[in-house]
Amino acid sequence: MFFPISHADINPIYLVVVGFLIGILGGFFGVGGSFIAGPALRLMGVDWNYAVGTDLAHIVGKSIVAARQHRTLGNVDLKLGMFMALGTIGGAEAGAQLIQALKRAGNVNAVVSFVAIAVYVGIALFMLWESQKTLRSENRQKQPRLKGTQSKEDRSAFHPVTQSIQRIKIWPMIDLPASGIRQISLWIILLVAFVGGFFSGFLGGGAGYIRMPSMVYVLGIPTHLAVGTDLFEIVISASYGTWTHAIKGNVDILIALVMHTGAVIGAQIGVVATQYFAGPKIRLAFVPLPLIGAAIVIYTLATGHKL
Amino acid sequence: MKKEAVRNLRTFAIELAVYAVLVTCYFFLVLHLLGDWLYHLETQHRLTYAVVALLLIAGQAVALDALATLLFRLVRRRWR
Repeated sequence: MFFPISHADINPIYLVVVGFLIGILGGFFGVGGSFIAGPALRLMGVDWNYAVGTDLAHIVGKSIVAARQHRTLGNVDLKLGMFMALGTIGGAEAGAQLIQALKRAGNVNAVVSFVAIAVYVGIALFMLWESQKTLRSENRQKQPRLKGTQSKEDRSAFHPVTQSIQRIKIWPMIDLPASGIRQISLWIILLVAFVGGFFSGFLGGGAGYIRMPSMVYVLGIPTHLAVGTDLFEIVISASYGTWTHAIKGNVDILIALVMHTGAVIGAQIGVVATQYFAGPKIRLAFVPLPLIGAAIVIYTLATGHKL
Repeated sequence: MKKEAVRNLRTFAIELAVYAVLVTCYFFLVLHLLGDWLYHLETQHRLTYAVVALLLIAGQAVALDALATLLFRLVRRRWR
């Protein structure tokens, strides 16, 4: 099938399968999946600028489906999502500005690559340590298996640190009843969102691999709610990204529409699957995702090929 | 338990097959018709293209989500 906007000739079944796989990841982990979609489009000869913009457009559609499904399961905190979107957009602009500054300095590729590897590996190792420690302590206490909504009441080995973060009193303090948080400073929420947005602008993609863990460990949001709320927030921030890229001529919406037909089914499977796993297990399963991102960056550094 | 898993898998396979047929029709009818118009918009009117792109992807998300949910319900009811 020929896509006239990006002048690419791609088998639509390939796009549907890629969309389906990313849909499962998005529904289950609350990530955009750009670390797979970008290289998958590049592999078919789509120019890098179109791969980035088109991926964002596809993420909007996939996140709408997954967020709607998560909302029916009570996994979306709309109030938190709105505040997060504000911080993310600000952070994304700051990240993009830093990229421009590094471009002018002439060492953008090396800096971004090494920061990306450090961040991805750091997140993976931390989540591996935390989720295993939590699972081990749960096994030791032999707590009964929780089902339904009770299974969303999350446990984390990092909880004492999260509690002290929640105790920081910087006005204005807000409550998040949907997430079970009585009081937290708005500035901490905005800071977490800003950092996520910053890495999104700096490293590319939606940076769900940073935001989802931050929401769990820093803000203390239960994992299921962090996944659903992250998806809701991605709808807003990816729409903004799609808009700016479309104006610059970087979006082939036809490719995004075809990919999205597969993502709809994948996202539904991913969302339903979260019901069968407790928070620490979802976090443990999340560990390979940033490692895949790191492997892609190491590959591009070693070979000089940009996937 | 095993019986239920088989039934769920069968339901899902049927839903997927019906969905695939509908999506194939969608490719040939809608995307083929929209292709030239969108290409023209992208080259001539970027701002309109950006608005249309966002509306299309959001609209498709809502429509396909509703379709997939409806199919799943119908097929499940039929096979139970």
